[in-house]
Amino acid sequence: MSAPLSVAFMPLVDAAPLVVAHEMGFAREEGLALELVRAPSWSSVRDMLAFGRIEAAHMLSPVPVAMALGIGGVASPISALMVLSVNGTVIGVNARLEALLRAGGHGFGFDDAGAAGAALVRAARGAPLRIGVPFPFSMHAELLYYWLSASGMPAPQTVEIHTVPPPLMADAIAAGEIDAFCVGEPWGSKVVETGAGALLLPGRAIWSAAPEKVLAVRSGWAADEPELTARLMRAVWRACRWLGEGGARTTAAEMLARPAYLNLSPEIIDRALTGRLTVTPHGDSRECRGFVAFHHGAANYPWRSQAAWIAARMAARLGLERAAATERARAVFRTDLYRQHLRDVGAVLPGASDRLEGGIAAGTAAPSQTGRLILRENLFFDGRIFDLGEAI
Amino acid sequence: MPEKLSIIVVEQDRERALMIVDSLMEAGDNDIQVISEVSSLARRISERNPDIVLVDITNPSRDMIEELTLATAPLDRPVAMFVDQSEDSLTKAAIEAGVSAYVVDDLRPERIRPIVTAAIARYNMFRRMRDELAETRRALEERKVIDRAKGLLMKARGISEDEAYGLLRKAAMDQGRKISEVAQSLVLAADLLS
Repeated sequence: MSAPLSVAFMPLVDAAPLVVAHEMGFAREEGLALELVRAPSWSSVRDMLAFGRIEAAHMLSPVPVAMALGIGGVASPISALMVLSVNGTVIGVNARLEALLRAGGHGFGFDDAGAAGAALVRAARGAPLRIGVPFPFSMHAELLYYWLSASGMPAPQTVEIHTVPPPLMADAIAAGEIDAFCVGEPWGSKVVETGAGALLLPGRAIWSAAPEKVLAVRSGWAADEPELTARLMRAVWRACRWLGEGGARTTAAEMLARPAYLNLSPEIIDRALTGRLTVTPHGDSRECRGFVAFHHGAANYPWRSQAAWIAARMAARLGLERAAATERARAVFRTDLYRQHLRDVGAVLPGASDRLEGGIAAGTAAPSQTGRLILRENLFFDGRIFDLGEAI
Repeated sequence: MPEKLSIIVVEQDRERALMIVDSLMEAGDNDIQVISEVSSLARRISERNPDIVLVDITNPSRDMIEELTLATAPLDRPVAMFVDQSEDSLTKAAIEAGVSAYVVDDLRPERIRPIVTAAIARYNMFRRMRDELAETRRALEERKVIDRAKGLLMKARGISEDEAYGLLRKAAMDQGRKISEVAQSLVLAADLLS
């Protein structure tokens, strides 16, 4: 008899770990019958989780942090059991800005955040940009604020931020409600497909190790149901490994394309999975290595320093006390449960719960308890380093 | 007599909006407005400075209201999902019914409760209607597929309609599947072979 578990997701490429865990039988192997619930909005995912309609959720990494800090509509103790995906978002502009950027000599290289930021600030000519993000508490918003502020456009103060659900981003650009956006794939590619805009940067060009989505559960549930928690984590971790191996990308794209999940053509989903994106309506194509990561370099490990980075950014913006905020946020990313529940499946277990964020070149070896830990690139585009020791 | 509450209902469907407003009128003498245009929803709402915002949980534009939970100016009134710890069941009922209520910070729960309760009842009715409609549609679809499968069997094996149905039922029982599923497989196979 399998244990039924309801898990909510938003229709995005990075819901893949949950879809694969279900479709490829990783959940069934663990005796779990997943009921995947496609949610209409991020707030509904959060509320369904907080009020017990579902057991687990595909969630924006800053949401559990915001909830721990008491910011936003609902405050409820939520745990991030593991990171589902690192990076995987895109920043894009409407056709008018695209033309201005081109006129200013920008080549849409899709790799250099410093150059793209400077070019965008010039193209905006001092008028406040209206920028769409999927949710006020999202890595999209954090990366945008970080990048624009460092590029000489203090954000969010000097821009207009609009919340637009991912599937509606293309409509908002086409209707002229926003000038630019940051969104998870495949919804940026959808904007390009409709001819309403072009892609300027992948999120990873701003921070190459940004935790994008997490597997979230109620903290009380994780404590009351350690066995189910472990089974869920193992199933999802194996799905992430399967995705990370990359050999079955076509299968993954076709699964995600089904009506119950994204209900789009597999081709547009495949772009994010291969890292080969079409960035303009004219068909310009760009290769982005590591566009989205599901597995390698201990991508699933919920580094507490990442929660601290998110909290430090929010605290600075909203005037909260920084040390207390980072401490509360760190407790939400459950390295303890990761160690406890994924020790036996062969997951690489880092020796520490925190690390420096930024300043790590690709292929850096780091101490680990089990397995061989080779960290992926972890760089901020402006070369800054976030050191928790200094932050506190 | 307490001051009137200002309530905003976000609803694109006119019929539904009218029904919600009717039921809220019965819950008390309040100032109720409907917003049916979802672009720039957050701005539209903050301009009217309401005490309570009611919105369908399945409305994707609901995320726009989350912006209002962040008071960015000193005079802003932050709103929050209606979560009264002592009334957890009411919030659960609201989620189940598919309505989310956002209320300003300083509003007393006893003032909110009748409004949220009235909204829950109305949204529950909408949900039942929607479920029934979906169920009817599904039944109709199944009926059509079974009829096609029966037709295929009658033609291929020269049997009567009752015999064709009997065959489908037997195949379904033998395989532990639903008759409509067996019929669907047959229709699909026939399409591939033709």
